[in-house]
Amino acid sequence: MSAAAPTDKRMTLSQAVAQLRDGMTVGIGGWATRRKPMALVREILRSPLKDLTVVSYGGPDVGLLAAAGKLRKLVFGFVSLDVLPLDMHFRNARQAGAFEVMELDEGLVQLGLRAAAMRVPFLPTRVGLGTDILARNPGIKTIRSPYADGDTLVAMPALKLDAALLHVTESDERGNCTIQSPDPFFDEAMARAADRTFITCERIAPTAKVCDHANARLQPFERSVVTGVIEAPFGAHPTAGVPGYGIDVEHLKEYNAATTPEGWADYRRRFVDLASHDDYIAAAGGRLAIASIAPPVY
Amino acid sequence: MNAPAYTLAELCIAQCAEVWRGEGEVLATGIGLLPRLGAGLAKLTFNPDLLMTDGEAYLLAEPVALGPRGARDARIEGWMPYSRTFDLLWGGRRHALVGPVQVDRYGQMNISVICDYAKPKAAILGARGFPGNSISHANSIFVPNHSPRVFVAGEVDMVCSAGYNPARWPDGKVPESLRIGRVITDLAVLDFGGAAHAPRLLTLHPGVTAAQVQEATGFPLEAPASVPVTPPPSAEQLELIRTRLDPRNLRATVFKGDPPGDHR
Repeated sequence: MSAAAPTDKRMTLSQAVAQLRDGMTVGIGGWATRRKPMALVREILRSPLKDLTVVSYGGPDVGLLAAAGKLRKLVFGFVSLDVLPLDMHFRNARQAGAFEVMELDEGLVQLGLRAAAMRVPFLPTRVGLGTDILARNPGIKTIRSPYADGDTLVAMPALKLDAALLHVTESDERGNCTIQSPDPFFDEAMARAADRTFITCERIAPTAKVCDHANARLQPFERSVVTGVIEAPFGAHPTAGVPGYGIDVEHLKEYNAATTPEGWADYRRRFVDLASHDDYIAAAGGRLAIASIAPPVY
Repeated sequence: MNAPAYTLAELCIAQCAEVWRGEGEVLATGIGLLPRLGAGLAKLTFNPDLLMTDGEAYLLAEPVALGPRGARDARIEGWMPYSRTFDLLWGGRRHALVGPVQVDRYGQMNISVICDYAKPKAAILGARGFPGNSISHANSIFVPNHSPRVFVAGEVDMVCSAGYNPARWPDGKVPESLRIGRVITDLAVLDFGGAAHAPRLLTLHPGVTAAQVQEATGFPLEAPASVPVTPPPSAEQLELIRTRLDPRNLRATVFKGDPPGDHR
């Protein structure tokens, strides 16, 4: 009897997005303009998906979904393009009241994800006390410490995700992956908080190349939390995918200026409604041009 | 000997640096150009033990000059990804100097939305880390445009950063650990050291009057009969600012026309 073959989790962008459903809660990894799974976000824009609740340390992922009317609710601490402080698509939709908000402290987002990952209903914290985070989120309760201090604490509820979408550097076919950029952000918390995790990567490589004794610490989580692996080189563009490429500030400026109906339709036609991720890369200037964008300095 | 001439930006940088005097081995986070220069100045002069990040994921061994540089040009002394930053700040060993869009008499700050919450007149960033910062460690404030639009009457539109308003705290008790440091503006230096943490005028920038500051503030300020003048930056500080921290003079872009610090 031959041994069973290990699960090959490779799939396409559209196969991953086909596993999402209207109304789902989706976590999007990265941070603002860094290592966002933008190829997956654009795939969502091309799909009929709607009414999503999105949890994100927000950047152009949130802006694109807001501009395309995909958001029912946003769970967030901020939305920013860093070098361009305000994302105009988020801003316009937020000002129009186009989606519900659960506005949190950045750390509360993390605690909510960790609570979900630990399968507890909440985690206690002082974060949020004394602020409007509690007033604006009547669903967030406080509790009294059962110990001698008797302190009042915020019971940050678990932020359970139906799916997490992440962009990593390398992966093998089974989801053993590494994040080689300087900051892994909270991708691990999202993966553990989610029922299903889909990762795009710069390249799929053999296990021995992805992970050895020297770089095993760059692995954000074990493969058993990974549902699907999609090879999408430059899949974080226009956000940074360091060490491969920096933030495409010129592209972000163009995106951020495309706020009129005509401007947005034009941006969509040129950069979203394309037949493939390869077509996007070509439209965004091509591999060589993107690879030549220097890493950001702050 | 004539004191060297200096700009308002340079005066503010020196005052921003003062935020970290005597603070020990804390993470100094300066949000915005002048606060960041202030943190660098404090580290290069009276508080070499400060920790600073490069804004990405590393701890800087020494402040870097503002402006373009190679990604690996900075000397680093450690790793500080965001998850570690939260671990650090929840432990309290940080003093941030931040730039809110609104501040009220309680030291509460807003960077989220202006006016109505459901359909805001202006959506800005979101609460970011302000709630957790304010409950965890000291925070000071830099305001480049001292006016009643920033220093609002009543409370800020969305309380992102907690302050000294007892009504907002469990059992009406402001935590003793809550600490709002200084407020540095284009007109003056303030703090919340008045009666029951009332806002208070500490120093006036050269040529500015107390009446002028009060006029530009949406709430009453405590002030002594004679308010001291903000001291000028020293020659050593000016040298460090000009040659080491900001040789490209990006600080000149902060205030319209890059005015002098002393316009008496």
